Amino acid sequence: MPKLKSIEELQKLRGQLQKDIKARTEMNTTVTVGMGTCGISAGAREVMHAILAELETRGIDAHVTTVGCIGMCSKEPLVDIQQGDEPRITYGNVTPAMVPRMIEEHLIQGNVVEEWVVGRVTGQEG
Amino acid sequence: MTEQYRADVLICTCPACTKAGAPEMQHALKAEVERRGLAGEVRLVETGSRGFCSMGPVVIIRPEGILYCQVHDVDVPELVEETLVKGRIVERLTYKEPETHKAIPHYDEIPFYDKQMRVVTRNCGLINPQNIEEYIAVGGYQALGKVLTSMAPKEIIEEVKKSGLRGRGGAGFPTGRKWEFTRNAPGDVKYLVANGDEGDPGAFMDRSLMEGDPHAILEGMTIGAYAMGAHKGYLYVRDEYPLALRNLNIAMEQAREYGLLGQGILGSSFDFDVQIVRGAGAFVCGEETALLASVEGHAGNPRPRPPYPAQSGLWGKPTNINNVKTWANIPVVISRGADWFNQIGTETSKGTMIFSLVGKVNNTGLVEVPMGITLRELVFDVGGGMRDGKQFKAVQTGGPSGGCIPEELLDLPVDYEHLKEAGSIMGSGGMIVMDENACMVDIARYFLDFLKDESCGKCTPCREGIRQMLSILTRITEGQGEMGDLQVLETLAPVVKEASLCGLGQTAPNPVLSTLRYFRDEYVTHIVDHKCPAGVCKELIEYYVIEDLCTGCGVCRRKCPQEAISGEKKEVHVIDPALCIKCGVCFDVCKFDAVGVR
Repeated sequence: MPKLKSIEELQKLRGQLQKDIKARTEMNTTVTVGMGTCGISAGAREVMHAILAELETRGIDAHVTTVGCIGMCSKEPLVDIQQGDEPRITYGNVTPAMVPRMIEEHLIQGNVVEEWVVGRVTGQEG
Repeated sequence: MTEQYRADVLICTCPACTKAGAPEMQHALKAEVERRGLAGEVRLVETGSRGFCSMGPVVIIRPEGILYCQVHDVDVPELVEETLVKGRIVERLTYKEPETHKAIPHYDEIPFYDKQMRVVTRNCGLINPQNIEEYIAVGGYQALGKVLTSMAPKEIIEEVKKSGLRGRGGAGFPTGRKWEFTRNAPGDVKYLVANGDEGDPGAFMDRSLMEGDPHAILEGMTIGAYAMGAHKGYLYVRDEYPLALRNLNIAMEQAREYGLLGQGILGSSFDFDVQIVRGAGAFVCGEETALLASVEGHAGNPRPRPPYPAQSGLWGKPTNINNVKTWANIPVVISRGADWFNQIGTETSKGTMIFSLVGKVNNTGLVEVPMGITLRELVFDVGGGMRDGKQFKAVQTGGPSGGCIPEELLDLPVDYEHLKEAGSIMGSGGMIVMDENACMVDIARYFLDFLKDESCGKCTPCREGIRQMLSILTRITEGQGEMGDLQVLETLAPVVKEASLCGLGQTAPNPVLSTLRYFRDEYVTHIVDHKCPAGVCKELIEYYVIEDLCTGCGVCRRKCPQEAISGEKKEVHVIDPALCIKCGVCFDVCKFDAVGVR
């Protein structure tokens, strides 16, 4: 590591390093993938890897968490997106191929991909 | 696939967790994560302590914020399968509320952390202390960058003064004013010292900070050096702290490599470097003048002040000495500003205080709370109440020479002034909670016994006074005391306080005076009735068999090392007082509570 020569260099380095500690930083967006046995057998892990890769490529700050079975096994893989106080949106039967559009429309443009939505939870219940 | 970590598993590597089996657990976790093909997705991070020391080995999983307690290697497969693969909580590894046994899986919902405010220990348990990049990622060295590019030394001192920060080593002197003295002292060569010579029995605030976030101390020192015009600093760390020494050494090396320590810091013309001096473990070396003598290579004896170190310190040069916790506050004061900092705390005591909360509470460990929190909140909310449903008796603050504060003062706000008024001290942050089984005379005796050994012997009132008080207390605990002893103690104590040079002697009588003030009846019972109400002082107690409860199982008879217990099988047993050495083994082993103390 060459010596840092100015505060600008320090700030630039910090910017690069921040993504390494993403999991430990507070974030507004959380993407949750159902990882029950039902989810995994329906391909949830592949979907999660596609989400991680897409977030990385597009440089989006979001937490990716996993959760056990919530009972809607026929719709697995299920993916929830929660942003701040917005309603939590649940997408069903997600495949890796659907991930780029989901992220593009929901997280970048701010439009829910209505045709894939299977559930919506508002407020405290979420 | 490139590594896109989804989750960070934070593993505490503090000595308490290490002793409880953290390295074996970590080894198993690494193997299991690899075996399950999660290595590119889940990252294992070694961190310092998050303070929940009674629950080690502690594991925190982010971003979910799940905290698992007492995780051992055998728990690893289930943890990986359930939580890391399937996103489910392993309930048996979560923290349980002591009274209701309710599982609390998330870190931020555990009452132990609820009333805490982590300012100084902000990064402890969050980042890997051996990796400067993690410190930089969470905003480390930004405060240093700010002062070097946009603040004049005088402005920095004004900011620290305005923050109201006071010395965290014990005396509570305003930090900004101390810096100003050093800055204004004549002379070109000035020194800085960080005091990490933590000697209070059972206290580990400074150690945890040095282990868990060494860069915060270095950054604070570098800012101070720039403000005071110093180019050389010394970190005085006791040699009993190998991990603190290792992490500080690694941190210094990395900081030099990144141009954050050494010549031309961050491309500026400012030079500053730090050297570690290892202390050999004398308690008195925590006192500033004794510490300076020790750094110079002399015996650690205090000297009279003035001249204060700010005028004449190391090798006669102006020297500023602050506790490591004070230094670690500095980057926060600079980056968040004095106005943010001085909103925390009370009128006279600003910011937070770190305590090592130990003794008979459910949650022992390291806690950081805003100044002004009450002792009751510390003991019953943060500490989770008394262990085993026992009755609270006293809490001692400020290390061995602090006072014992009774139940009626539990609503006292914790700050420098209130603790002093109650006959105790803030000290460096020791806090020992005692229950009904503690004998206050014996406690006072215990601490004087410690201080007797640690007095350097230079001042007669300290050297001889402590010894005399100790012999009186010992006599009282042996049932040989007289009522006149109490007056002698009360005459002797102020002399030791007034006529000793340094903080050790000046505070040594506190345990005696405070227990006499709040628990005088216990002294009287020892002297007049020859009884120890708590059942601690061996000369004054007797073990006996409660006939109605004894089943004649014979366990006590077989365990007694003196063969002082006799009795036929299934018959009531008896203890022979002439042979009994009061070791208490029979009391501990009896399953029927049939052994009593009187």
